[in-house]
Formats: sequence, C-alpha cells, structure tokens
Amino acid sequence: MLNQLALGDHYHELLDETGQPRAHWQPFIQSLLTLSPEQLRKRMESVQRQVQDNGVTYNVYADTHGLQRPWDLDVLPLMLPQDEWQHIAGAVAQRATLLNQILLDIYGGQQLLKTGQLPPALVYGHDGFLRDCVGMAHYDNIALHSYAVDIARAPNGQWWVVSDRTQAPTGAGYALENRTIVASAFPTLFRELNVERLSGFFASMRDSLTHWGRRAAQNQSATVANLPPLSDGESPLVVILTPGPYNETYHEQSFMAGYLGYPLVQGNDLTVRNGVVWLKTIEGLKPVHAILRRIDDDYCDPLEFNATSLLGVAGLAESARRGNVVVANALGANLLESGALLGFLPKLCESMLGEKLRMPSVATWWCGEPSAMAYVTENLAQLVIKPAYAQAESRPVFGEDLNAAEKADLIEAIQANPEHYIAQEQVAISQAPTLIPEEGMQQSNASVQSRAVSLRVYAFATPNGYAIMPGGLARVASTQDGRIVTMQRGGTSKDVWVRSPYVQPPFSLLGQTNTSQDLVYENTLLSSRMAENLYWYGRYSVRNLQKSMVLRMMIQSLMAYSPDEREGEWPTIQALCRWFQLLPKPKSKQAEAPALSDAQLEPLLIEAVFSSEPYSLASGVQQYYQQAFNLRERISTSHWQTVNALLTQFTQHPQRQDLQGVSAQLEFAIQHFVAISGYAMDWMTRDLGWRFMSLGRRLERLQFMSMLLSLALKMPSHSNLDWVLDISNNLVTYRARYTARPEWMPTLNLLLLDERNPNSVVFQLKGLVQYLEEMGAEDSMGSIAVPLKQCWEQLLLMDIDQHYHAEDPALIQLLDAMYQATLTVSDRLSLRFFSYTSAHSTAGY
Amino acid sequence: MRYQVEHETIYQYESNVTQSYQQLNMVPRDTNYQRSLSHQLRCDPAPSEQSKRQDFFGNSSDFLTILEPHEKLVIHSSFAVQLQTRPSLSDLLQNDQPWEQVNALLHGDSARYLEAMNYCYTSPKIQCSNALADFALTCFTSGRPLIDAAMAFTQQIYQAFEFDPRATDVSTPLDEVLAGKRGVCQDFAHLMIGALRSIGLSCRYVSGYILTHPPAGQPRLVGADASHAWVSIFSPNHGWIDFDPTNNCLVQHEHITVAWGRDFSDVSPMRGVVLGGGEQKLKVKVTVTPETT
Repeated sequence: MLNQLALGDHYHELLDETGQPRAHWQPFIQSLLTLSPEQLRKRMESVQRQVQDNGVTYNVYADTHGLQRPWDLDVLPLMLPQDEWQHIAGAVAQRATLLNQILLDIYGGQQLLKTGQLPPALVYGHDGFLRDCVGMAHYDNIALHSYAVDIARAPNGQWWVVSDRTQAPTGAGYALENRTIVASAFPTLFRELNVERLSGFFASMRDSLTHWGRRAAQNQSATVANLPPLSDGESPLVVILTPGPYNETYHEQSFMAGYLGYPLVQGNDLTVRNGVVWLKTIEGLKPVHAILRRIDDDYCDPLEFNATSLLGVAGLAESARRGNVVVANALGANLLESGALLGFLPKLCESMLGEKLRMPSVATWWCGEPSAMAYVTENLAQLVIKPAYAQAESRPVFGEDLNAAEKADLIEAIQANPEHYIAQEQVAISQAPTLIPEEGMQQSNASVQSRAVSLRVYAFATPNGYAIMPGGLARVASTQDGRIVTMQRGGTSKDVWVRSPYVQPPFSLLGQTNTSQDLVYENTLLSSRMAENLYWYGRYSVRNLQKSMVLRMMIQSLMAYSPDEREGEWPTIQALCRWFQLLPKPKSKQAEAPALSDAQLEPLLIEAVFSSEPYSLASGVQQYYQQAFNLRERISTSHWQTVNALLTQFTQHPQRQDLQGVSAQLEFAIQHFVAISGYAMDWMTRDLGWRFMSLGRRLERLQFMSMLLSLALKMPSHSNLDWVLDISNNLVTYRARYTARPEWMPTLNLLLLDERNPNSVVFQLKGLVQYLEEMGAEDSMGSIAVPLKQCWEQLLLMDIDQHYHAEDPALIQLLDAMYQATLTVSDRLSLRFFSYTSAHSTAGY
Repeated sequence: MRYQVEHETIYQYESNVTQSYQQLNMVPRDTNYQRSLSHQLRCDPAPSEQSKRQDFFGNSSDFLTILEPHEKLVIHSSFAVQLQTRPSLSDLLQNDQPWEQVNALLHGDSARYLEAMNYCYTSPKIQCSNALADFALTCFTSGRPLIDAAMAFTQQIYQAFEFDPRATDVSTPLDEVLAGKRGVCQDFAHLMIGALRSIGLSCRYVSGYILTHPPAGQPRLVGADASHAWVSIFSPNHGWIDFDPTNNCLVQHEHITVAWGRDFSDVSPMRGVVLGGGEQKLKVKVTVTPETT
C-alpha cells in the first residue's frame, strides 16, 4: 500500500529517507496495513457519512442559495511525536506572547516606532491600523486572546511559520469536529496511542473568557449607574459575534457556540447604551461582558470604523474603550496578520522577550524596504507576491506564472505603493499520506497518496500564559503538486494526533454537567432576533402548507369535474385563493369577484405556483428556505435536508408543463411541509424558542381556520362540504365518524370544538392561551392572551343546536372576531418581544 | 483676528428614528496660530448620553446618543476663535530647503519625524499612484525648495481645475478628478495631498471654515458659507504649512481650523448610525462672522 508513495524533494511525514515508516507512525501504519482495501473504503465512507450526519459544512462561495459544501475530512490523521510537539507548542506560545506585546505597543506607547525597531510605513501605511483604538487598555495586558498560526515543514524537517492569524482565527471548531469523527473511525488505536485530548484547551478558553468577563462586569457595576455586580455563582455573559449564516465558517461558529454554551449573536442582537453592550433578549436587555468575535476589525463598529458595515454594533469600540466589554481579539488586531512583520520578528523577539525566536518564518521580503524591493524586482520568478496588508483578500501571485508584460505591470504596481506588497520564497512543504478515492471504477476504491500538508495550531490566552491546543487543523492540497493549501480552494482537512507518553483521561466539555443555575440562565437567553425568526418560521411553514393544499384542490377540481358538476363551493374556494393572493383581487373593493372560467383559471393557477411574484408558492418556498437558513444552528440536519429538497424541486425541476405536472409538484410540496411539521413537533427541543415557533404555527392555523369557516358558512346552503374538511385535513376523521355526506353541524363540531383534533379551532386557542400565559406575555394593555381567551370563552358558550348552521350570523361574527384577534395578538407579540430587531443605517457628511 | 462661527445641521427623516448615535468633529482644536475662546454644541432632541474624547490626531470628537424618537435632528455648533499671525510666504522662502532633501530626512530618520509619517501613505480616500506622482513632478522639479514648489503647485491646481459642485461627490475617486479637472475644495485638497504623498512627502487634510467676502456694498448673508478644506505640508524647518489650492493661497488669517487627519474620512463633521428613519434629507447652514476687537 505504501509503495506507491512518491518520495521527492519534499520531507515526507510518514516515510524516512529509506522509505520506511518513521517511528511515531509505526503502530498506526501497522494497524492500517492489516485492513483490506474494502475495509479502508468503509472507514472512509463512515467518515464521510459522519460529516454529513453532523452537518459539518463550509460555505465556499457564501451563496445565498445555499450551497454549502460538506466539510472535507481525510480519514488518516497526521501523527506528531511528543518531543516534536513540545517544540511546536513552545514556539507557538512564544510567538503569541511576542505578538501580543507588539500589539500592545502599537496601540499603546509606540516605543517600537519611536526607537526605529519598526518602520512607520508598516503601521501608519497599513489600512488595518485603527487609529481610534490607540490608547485602549486591556485587562491583564492581553489584546491577542485567540491566536492561530499556519506552519509547514521544510525539506530539512524543520517547521516554519507561513502566516499568523490574529484577528478572528477560524478552524478550532472544525479541528474538534474532525477529532470526534476520526477518533470514532479508529477507536482502539486512538485509545492505545494515548492521543492528547483537545477538550482541555476549550475548557481553558472558557475559563479565560469567564475570568476577563468578570473583570468587565466589575467595571460595569463600578462605573455605570444601576448595574449591580454579578451575584454569587452568576457567570458573566459571553457571546460569539457572527457575521451571519452566509459567512463561510458559519457552521463552525454555531458549533462552537453550542459547545462552549455561548449565545451566537449577530450585530443587531446587540445594542450599546451608557457605554455598555447589551443583548436584546425576549426578557429585555442583558449586559454583555465579553465578545468572542468572528467579525473583522473594521466591520465591528459602523460608528467609528467602516460606516458601510451592517454587521457591527454602533458604539462597540467606545464600550471596549471604557472597559465595559472584553472584545476578543482586541479591535485592531488584524494589523499583525501583515506578512511585512515577519522579517522583523527575530530582532523584536530578542529585544522584547530577551529570547531567540524559536520558530523561523518563511523567507519574506517587504517591498517597503528599498533593498527588499530591489531583490524582489530581480527575483520575481522565484517568489510569491502577496498583499502586505492582509485586509485585501487577493490571491497570491506566483512569479513563475507571469509573462514579461505581466511582470512589468506587477513591478509598476509595486513601485507605486511598495509598502503594500510582500514577496515570499516558494517553499517545498512536506507531504502526508492521504486517502484518495479512486474514480472510474464501479466499486469506488481508495488509495493512499502523498499530498502537501500544512498545519494550523491554536493558542488561547489565559491569565497564566497561552494555552496551546494539542493538535490542530491539518490541511492538505487537493492535487499532488498543490502550491497553496486552503479549504477555500478545495483542499481537505486532517485530524492531528499528538502522541502522549501518558494515558489520557476521558473528558469532554459536552459531557460536563452544568449547575441548575446555568440551565435556567441559558434558557431565558433567547435573543429577540432568534425568537422572531422562529415565530415567522412557524407561521410560514403552516401558511405554505395551506397554500399548497388550496392550490391542489383547485387544480384537482379543474381536472376532475366539468364546470356544471361544481356547486356553490366553487366561488368560495376561489375567494380563499384570493385571500392567499393566489388569484388577482377584484379591481374595486365593492365589486363582486368575477367568476373565472376554467380557461382563465388554468394559466393563473400555474402562475400562482411558479411565478416569481411575491405571493406565489415558489416565492413562499424561497422565503421559507431563507428563514430556515437563519435558524441553521437550531434545526437538525434531516430537517434542513427536507427544506433543501423543497427548494431544489422548485428552483431546478419545476413541473409546469401541464396540470398533472403541477399537481405532482404540489403533492411533493405538501409531503415535505408535513414532514417539516413532524420535525418541528418531534425533533426540536421544547424550549422557549420552540414556544415561539409553535405560537407562529398555531396563530397561522387559527387565522386560516377562521377565514375558511367564515367564508364557507356564507356559501349557498346546497353546497358541498367535503372540500372544507379536506382542506383543513379533517376528511379522514370525519369519514371515520360519520358515513353520510358531510353536514354543517357535525363538521363544525369537529372543526371548532374537538379538543383532540389538532386541526380544530379550539386546539389552536387552547395552546396559544397556554403558551402565552406560561411565558407571562404581557404588555401595557395586560396579558396578550386576553383577546384569544375571550374568543375561546365565547366559542364554548355558544349553543350548538342554535348556531352551528350555514349562514348563522352570530357564528360568522365570532369567526371574524377570531380572525381580528389573530392580527392583534401577532402585532402585540411583535411589539413586546421583537421590536428591538431592526436594521440600522448610516449617514454622514 | 477673531471669528464667530455658527454651523447648523438638520436631518429630516421620513419616519421616526428610534435610536441615533452620532460622532461629531465640529469643535475647533487649538493650534499654534489659533485659540478657541468659547464653543457650544446644541442638539435637539436632547441626547440621553453625551461624551467627548480626543482622537488619534488630537481633534475633539463628541459622541451623542439620542434615544427619544424623532423625525428631525438639529445639531447646532457655535464657537469663537482668536487667530494669530502666521509666517508670510517671504519668511518661509528664506529658510526653505530642496524637496528631495525633505524627502530624504523624513524617510532616513522616520523615528524622529514620526508624527509626520502618519501622513505619508495611501489612506482611505487617497490612493497614491504613479499618475499623481507625475502630476506633482511638474512643479517639484529637481532641487526646487519645498515651499516654493508647493506654492507653485497650489497655483497649478487652481489654474488647471475648475470649481464645480456638480462634477463630484464624496465618493468620486481621485483619478476621476485628475482626469475631469473639476471638483470642489475637498477634491482639490485630496488631489494635492495624493500628489505630494506619491513623491514621498508628508501632507495632511485640514477641515474648517473660510471667511467669504460678500460683493461690495452687500451685507453678509447668514448661512451662506460652507465648510472648507485645504492641505498642510510638513517641512522639517518650519513644521506644518497650510496651502489652499481652491483659493490659490498660502493660508494666513481667513481660515479657521477645526480638525485634521489623513483625508476627509478622518475628520468628517458628522457621521452617525440610526435605527429607523427611512429616507433622510440633510440641510447645512454655516455663517462665519469676523469680529473686530
């Protein structure tokens, strides 16, 4: 199996110069060699399946339509021996310490500039230097809380630093997910090899944020009126600030939020008042003490930095300046990602830490220095050119790829703004064994091949120095001669196994028992935005289902009956369609809606299903998909896949050729919406968020039922009632109870009063009143449940014999009042719980 | 010379603004040639929070948070300053030095001239380019003294470019201004700064007000003035020297300084974030009145 591995000029992670496995790989490889190709393939498939099942994704193009790519994970881990790991961990901790000190100096006294140790162009010329952050103080002098570094191995076996990640490093969560999956593919080996566990790293991360969050909380209560200190046992509130679901690593962010037990919030979930950042929850505003941010520096505060940012929080920088919130990493930390800094680090390490830099960086020339500029001009063909200021997300340019004219253009661009460019040596990085699926065969097989590999190592500050994650995220290039290794360009990731001499204790953060106090705390912390999303998700899932059912009924009637076979219900069904805006409304309000002929109806109905108008079913499905996307971290993978399948059906395979096709499409939609209801009822935790979704579902169903019955009761008395039962999903029940053709009294009894019927009016009312009362939903007018409760009481008091007949005015009046109540309650809910969520805009002159 | 300045900003919104955060750069800073005598900021509706701080460049920034729902926001800045005499052109030319020498001093001993180094590079609104460098070199000829060349360059911009408020807005890039030869004071200042930085000099953007002169025999109109912008060039011998390419002059005693920075984006008079509001209309009225003492 290993014979095919090419040994080139590169260092090989697995094989030594003689082609034999290195000592630290021995046990793993020996065990691997005992597996048949068939077994190996099964391991690979099981890893792929787990990636799918866990819903691990990476948004490559941040596409609004979704298309998230499953995370790529190789089944073979990268093995590292303990002594080598000790060297790496020591070097990474030293580098983090050094970078933190440089950051403090640049945003503090600027001694490095004043003494000429750093050239001013590197700071003042860098568009990531946030001048408004100069002078900000940091608790325990930590500005670089979270740090990651990309390292790679040179042909001589030495590790080199390729780049630093200092702003909002990504991937630690993916590393943890990789571990869970790969360890379960080799459970015995994993245990026997004493692989160092990752969870301790995340535990120290949480402890650190709690520690600094507490400091911010103390500062808040000491300097802001009416803010009491944290009570005994109360944890500071730490949130993860995300750019939102379209961000490429959103999945990781939501995974980390769940793992660490922090709310995942977007900019408009937070607001700043009195210099304090607050989380807008359905319980009101809660002071935030620490923010683990995944938003870039200049997008964090539209007031002080980038005014076009819709992601940030106005006033965040001022709150950090006052010490009322810990922002991890400190605003402005992007500056350190500049490759221009690399060449200065060896000297800075000696002057600032009094030590030699333990791990060198890849040879880098910063064109801001005239001598470097001259070297780069002469040696362009051997170099990789990158922006010096990492804010510009542009591809690296390989000098060897350029023709003479392109070279001249590049040199001219560099000369105009030399400090904007760096050049790096093109390195031959080491190769690691990777399991590659072989295509073209019936039964796909897998073979082990060599791929260029780089390693991202993670550090997190603690009050006692940096903690290093024992392992990390290894990434391998997609092709054999890969020059760049990034997940964005189709690379694969690997778990990293650091072998310890000691047996590892089983320990996981996920398994830790919270105190009962923690549980209550996290439950009530539902952000207003999340509550609103869940509410509307509930409403739209019912609305889309009802729309599909109404359309299916219209189309089936068109196909099954000739116009003279239809009775008095036909105009009423059309009226219901108009209520859903599926058919055009009459031009003036008074005019009777014109009765449409079948020839007129057919194209209108097809449009109602497929058109791009906002009220079509297709648009409803699109909108629904967006809502599901915004709830991504709260819904299960299967649930998500169902929503995804619905969208795909409507966008990619619309069957609009004839009524049969349309009918099949509607059938598909109904089945999927019903499946989604199942997920919502059985597959979601019944927490406060679920309550909001259920409120949405029930309110929508109540609205539909009251409209349906109010319209139906006004039909001519000879009209057919089957459709009323069918459309409200009660026909089966009715037929099980009564054999005769449906009549109003038993129909109304089933649809209005039967508490065991989940589609009945009383079932919705009862649930709504119960949820609202349990939540204590009150506003200035009192309990929000009151209008519904009144309808419920009237309904129960109504005499069945006297009123349950066609055209009964009192019953119609009650149904209309019920319809109004749904509108009132929805408005009051929005004002009471969701009013905080609205988008900001910026202006200035 | 003493001046009284009134600067009123009115935002009219289509619907209620429920939260408003504003950052103002309207209170004048003290300089070697300017002393602030009094200043007052009024805001309607009254802010629920107000704070101030000095920014990185030493300008005065005021932060306002308004939580009272409003459809109209009025900010009125009112202040008096006393100006001192600045050195004349002939004073400056006496101790002038070749611009290449200035360049070599700055970049050879940048730690010593650290403050000036802030204003040497591309900034958010000013992209250095070879085209801008070529433009500067038409006046910054070999061995020409800095102040002399800068005065000539000020005149060159004044003569070659036409003042035209309709030609540009705050987002017009510098290349377009250079090609179109039209713009307003902000464009001319950015252009001159970009050209000087492109040949390695240090140059900053100054925002403030200028005294305007009503036609002879007519009274001064209230609210007819506007904010103004010009440039300041660093000379190791003289410090910062201000030139106004819009008015073809060395700044003397009719320019009132409010703030400076790398370009407009560092010193815009007012920027804010609001919740709600819909469409908005902005009206600005400025009156500069000289006071005889």
